[in-house]
Amino acid sequence: MLSRTADHLFWMSRYTERAENTARLLDVNYQTSLLPQSTADVQTGWRGLLSISELKPAYAAKYGESITAQDVMDFMVRDEKNPSSIVSCLRNARENARAVRGTLTTEVWETQNQTYLEVIRMLRHGDFERDPGKFFEWVKFRSHLSRGVTAGTMLQDEAFHFLRLGTFLERADNTARLVDVKFHAIQSDFPSVAGEEEQEHDFYHWSAILRSVSAFEVYRKVYRDVIKPERVAELLILRPDMPRSLLGCLNEVIMNLSMVTSDPQSETQRRAGKLRSDLQYARIDEILSAGLHAFLMQFLDRVNELGAHISREFLVPVTR
Amino acid sequence: MSRPMFDEMNASTESVRKHYQGYQRWLAQQPADVMQARRAEAEMIFRRVGITFAVYGDKDEDGSGAERLIPFDLIPRIIPAHEWASMEKGLVQRVTALNRFIHDVYHEQEIIKAGIIPSEQIFQNAQFRPEMIGVKVPGNIYSHISGIDIVRAPNAQGEGEYYVLEDNLRVPSGVSYMLEDRKMMMRLFPELFSQNRVAPVEHYPDLLLETLRAMAPPATAEPTVVVLTPGMHNSAYFEHAFLAQQMGVELVEGLDLFVKDNFVYMRTTRGPRRVDVIYRRVDDDFLDPLAFRPNSTLGCAGLLNVYRSGNVAICNAIGTGVADDKSIYPYVPKMIEFYLGEKPILKNVPTYMCRNPDDLKYTLANLKDLVVKEVHGAGGYGMLVGPASTKAEIEDFRAALLANPSGYIAQPTLSLSTCPTYVESGVAPRHIDLRPFVLSGKDVQMVPGGLTRVALKDGSLVVNSSQGGGTKDTWILESDSAPSIPSATQSQSQSQSVAVGV
Repeated sequence: MLSRTADHLFWMSRYTERAENTARLLDVNYQTSLLPQSTADVQTGWRGLLSISELKPAYAAKYGESITAQDVMDFMVRDEKNPSSIVSCLRNARENARAVRGTLTTEVWETQNQTYLEVIRMLRHGDFERDPGKFFEWVKFRSHLSRGVTAGTMLQDEAFHFLRLGTFLERADNTARLVDVKFHAIQSDFPSVAGEEEQEHDFYHWSAILRSVSAFEVYRKVYRDVIKPERVAELLILRPDMPRSLLGCLNEVIMNLSMVTSDPQSETQRRAGKLRSDLQYARIDEILSAGLHAFLMQFLDRVNELGAHISREFLVPVTR
Repeated sequence: MSRPMFDEMNASTESVRKHYQGYQRWLAQQPADVMQARRAEAEMIFRRVGITFAVYGDKDEDGSGAERLIPFDLIPRIIPAHEWASMEKGLVQRVTALNRFIHDVYHEQEIIKAGIIPSEQIFQNAQFRPEMIGVKVPGNIYSHISGIDIVRAPNAQGEGEYYVLEDNLRVPSGVSYMLEDRKMMMRLFPELFSQNRVAPVEHYPDLLLETLRAMAPPATAEPTVVVLTPGMHNSAYFEHAFLAQQMGVELVEGLDLFVKDNFVYMRTTRGPRRVDVIYRRVDDDFLDPLAFRPNSTLGCAGLLNVYRSGNVAICNAIGTGVADDKSIYPYVPKMIEFYLGEKPILKNVPTYMCRNPDDLKYTLANLKDLVVKEVHGAGGYGMLVGPASTKAEIEDFRAALLANPSGYIAQPTLSLSTCPTYVESGVAPRHIDLRPFVLSGKDVQMVPGGLTRVALKDGSLVVNSSQGGGTKDTWILESDSAPSIPSATQSQSQSQSVAVGV
């Protein structure tokens, strides 16, 4: 396959996944902001969200120091000048798809195209303002549809594997950010020795995190236990069978990488393998005692490097 | 001045042409709101499928960037079997002769030696490529994909006659619309296709692939074919992507290609892969920065050398433009006689070449009745439409013509045929043309049909998509169950019509 084509496929699925995760992040913050809590707490939540998405400077440049839910959501949903906003991600996904529409099945292309046409229409007609929750739900389902139509119609050749590679690399990045920001927002440190009132407060935060990655029911099923922060962390970082966990994502990255590479000694494979085994043999108490934030920051760096290696090895170094 | 008019469907206000009768009966039964709903549905589907053309530097009102839909009309243009049979023969003949001509131009130049075409008509043509002289191309074929624009106009008896308006031999566009229009009609009106025997066109991509593969360098067992596009911002990008997908070949851009050891390769995720046949949708000028425009990034440096060595096939060949110029067009009937020893089947529009003193004299005396075109002009620029021009415009043009007579040709105004079309006010006649796509590989072949373009503005003859033209599905009927009933001449007064090549 053409390197340029692989590049477009990789980024098409990354942008789709990013739009979905941004919707998840905004949704969970929006839901928690509806809970009874101080204005300061609400602000902390939105500020954390901007910082996790590395958007603080861009936001400040537009809105100054004041942080309101409305402004953050506008900025991250509909601002076309913000390259990480949902509308920008969906447009970029669609533009990448358009560049390689001949490589995609008609169904995959039409899904991307229609998602974009539809989001423009919805934003113009005020659908987002009327019901943000419903809008975020729609974004998530368009992303599910995009993955489903890919799995359901594409030949499982290189094109398919580059699409999957983009999806899981982006998801690994996004889950790590999400875990980081939400654990940051919690006042108490690990191991938790909080008072009763704080524990109740924490419950809503933990369950919000779980819900943001569709893992609330999964948690109950896996642990049959009350919500405990270290178990939430374990589920989202180390469970191989959890589709949005870091280890789950890395397994998929490695699998798809092995399908497109012709060189088993490649540096990309080596790095991916090393990162995966670090997760595979890690224990959550060790991670927590060494510092979750530091662990996640390091993970993000390594995922970022992995992406750069994939670009160098397979994709044309085009100026984007 | 009043002229006879030819409508494809209606022979007169009372009678419908034989081959349209079944369709017309069906149409008369369709409630207006149903047709309106189908129109809306068609537009929705075209947008979702992304059948758009890009308008560079333009912004759509819905923010979706520089993409436009080409209006699609629900009423098909129908051509009876016997008319198509003779048109097809004429197209094969014409394209065969044009290919012989291009080969001759770059080799023996016998037609010049025979004094049929003056040498300066060829060597001073901007599309003539000296780099191609003596180059051997597979099968001696240059124009593998030819788009021949055909119009119909009434003769003195009021019967419609087909004329070739223009030969497009470089990178003719529009075949994807022919295929998508058919798909849309079958989706919206399946019942029509069970009632009418419409010849299928869907195998075009197969024929195209076969044609391209046949051009591969001889030693190649499994030739790699690619479609070369200037990229997403080109107005015909949809078509490039569509054809690559339908043929199952890579759609490449210039930067995906490179030349090494006198072969062309594309950059793939598994390293370089050799390319044997390039269906290029990039103009000659941009194909190879080492040979043509040095600043072009749309092509591939060194491509011309590889091509001249026979290590890659380029379709259409470099330098085909020498044969589709307005100054060469008048000679095509003579070419057919010269190379094939046959009488031309398809008519040319009578053309006065102002380089000839007699033609110039006639042209100057009849400016108000003629269309005068600049030889190298395109897209409706640099022309005088006599009947629609003011005295001052005619006088200005007379001066330009006298200053450089060989830069112009003149043609009588033609009243292009019309076809009923949905417009704002309902169904009304609108001018149309037809572009069949002729493929030249091992054989010269085509699918029965072509792209019918329609000028949506009342009285307008401009069918070009960038100027508000639309398209229609083109039906070639598989058989004539009965011969057409001769139609009565109409005498309605009509607005002046002109053959405009766009």
